[in-house]
Amino acid sequence: MSQASAPAGGSAVSLRGVAKTYANGVVALDRVDFDVFPGEFVSLLGPSGCGKSTVLRIIAGLSEPTDGTVAWPHPDMTAGARETSFVFQEPTLMPWATVTGNVRLPLDLQGLDRATAAPRVEAALARVGLTDFADVYPRELSGGMKMRVSIARALVTEPALLLMDEPFAALDEITRFKLNDDLLSLWASLGKTVVFVTHSVFESVYLSSRVVVMTPRPGRIFTELAVDAPYPRDQRFRTSAEYGALCARASEALAAAGEES
Amino acid sequence: MSREPAGPRGRGEDVLRVVLPIALLGFGVLIWDLVVRLKGIPPYVLPGPGLVLTTLVSDWPILSDSLLVTLVTTFEGFVLAFLGGVGLALLFNLSRLVEYSLYPYAVILQVTPVVAIAPLLLIYLPQQGAVLACAWIVAFFPVLANTTLGLNSVDHNLIDLFRLYGASRGQVLWRLKLPAALPYILGGLKIAGGLSLIGAVVAEIAAGAAGAGSGLAYRISESGYRLNIPRMFAALVLLSVAGILIYFALSFLSHLMLRRWHESAISREV
Repeated sequence: MSQASAPAGGSAVSLRGVAKTYANGVVALDRVDFDVFPGEFVSLLGPSGCGKSTVLRIIAGLSEPTDGTVAWPHPDMTAGARETSFVFQEPTLMPWATVTGNVRLPLDLQGLDRATAAPRVEAALARVGLTDFADVYPRELSGGMKMRVSIARALVTEPALLLMDEPFAALDEITRFKLNDDLLSLWASLGKTVVFVTHSVFESVYLSSRVVVMTPRPGRIFTELAVDAPYPRDQRFRTSAEYGALCARASEALAAAGEES
Repeated sequence: MSREPAGPRGRGEDVLRVVLPIALLGFGVLIWDLVVRLKGIPPYVLPGPGLVLTTLVSDWPILSDSLLVTLVTTFEGFVLAFLGGVGLALLFNLSRLVEYSLYPYAVILQVTPVVAIAPLLLIYLPQQGAVLACAWIVAFFPVLANTTLGLNSVDHNLIDLFRLYGASRGQVLWRLKLPAALPYILGGLKIAGGLSLIGAVVAEIAAGAAGAGSGLAYRISESGYRLNIPRMFAALVLLSVAGILIYFALSFLSHLMLRRWHESAISREV
């Protein structure tokens, strides 16, 4: 937790020389230096198997790095990984609990009583537009709605840092676009820091203020790309020449990263 | 996506599912009655269905006492199988070492025919205890095997999620593993209910010669020695009905507990 090792003293999370080798000898990550700055929306872009999910799991504390350090220099992040929420690729809902029960889970686990939790759960559901579905079971929801529940659950603890592991990869394009827009407006209104893992160039450029491109096997940070286009972004940005040019640059970087390895 | 009962076609099929077996039963009973009447078969070889029914009524005082004895044993065996099966599975889930040490013996207990164990148990245990032990031995394994499978089938991402929010072991067990295992546990119980009855009956038959027993199976073997064939049939009918009722009761319980969320309990509109 030493701040001295982090040149960017203000970063929310700071990874220095982080490596991860699995027990079977696979080197998932090799000396990754990566900073997440407060309030930014940063995407980790790379092909499958480049270790981008591993970076996310290490930040969340779900996986231990075999080498290197994870530090939380920013004063808002003193609780470290406990200030984070995680959204998985699958909605990862408990089928036996209603939407409300699922969203309330993190608060239940913290030992909050229902009366205290109820307004926070309602607020989280309202943010993702699912107020009318509070008492429904997950199986009755569409894929996009399940993912909204998953996001509401991640927001209910009011985390400083939101980690998202290809959350929309399994959704159809129409739903994905809609959820991308909703996520951006949530981000704008809540002021959270988001780390978003994706293998989609278009998604990463549309959403992020910064795109970090990774190389596969072993996973390394190859380069990064600032996306300076102003928020709010909408359909006009998606069809603009600027967006197209940025996507082209990101694609080139991704292709070069593939050759690098 | 609908939770409504299935449409007209589904309802028609539901009716058929009830009517067809009953019609077949009626047809079978009719043939049975005709064969007995036309061939003039004596009741000590094959009693007609009418005689079995009158015996059931006239011997009801004896038979109902025996039925109660068998049902109580079955119920006790079932409850012990539930507690033992789920308890052992939880223990296995907490400790791999315990699982490695004990699981083979659970399997051995299961694959050794209970008919062969019953006489031994009758030597070492009081009769009621031996009968109960047999009911338990037969019934607990499906509960154990199913619960173990259920506890190991929890979504890995959900486990990660619980870890992320710092859930205690108790919270993981109570809020995640047990609910996830519930459909499996209920499936095991459905099998265990019938098996518990079988275990009780087998042990009663084995104990039969010892005399003190008064369960339904004992009535069957006793009536056999006395060539009271109608009563054998009457007792057999009672056993079957008991088994059917146990199965339906457990299916209904399972439906009640799963109907709102589990795929198995939700009728789909085609």
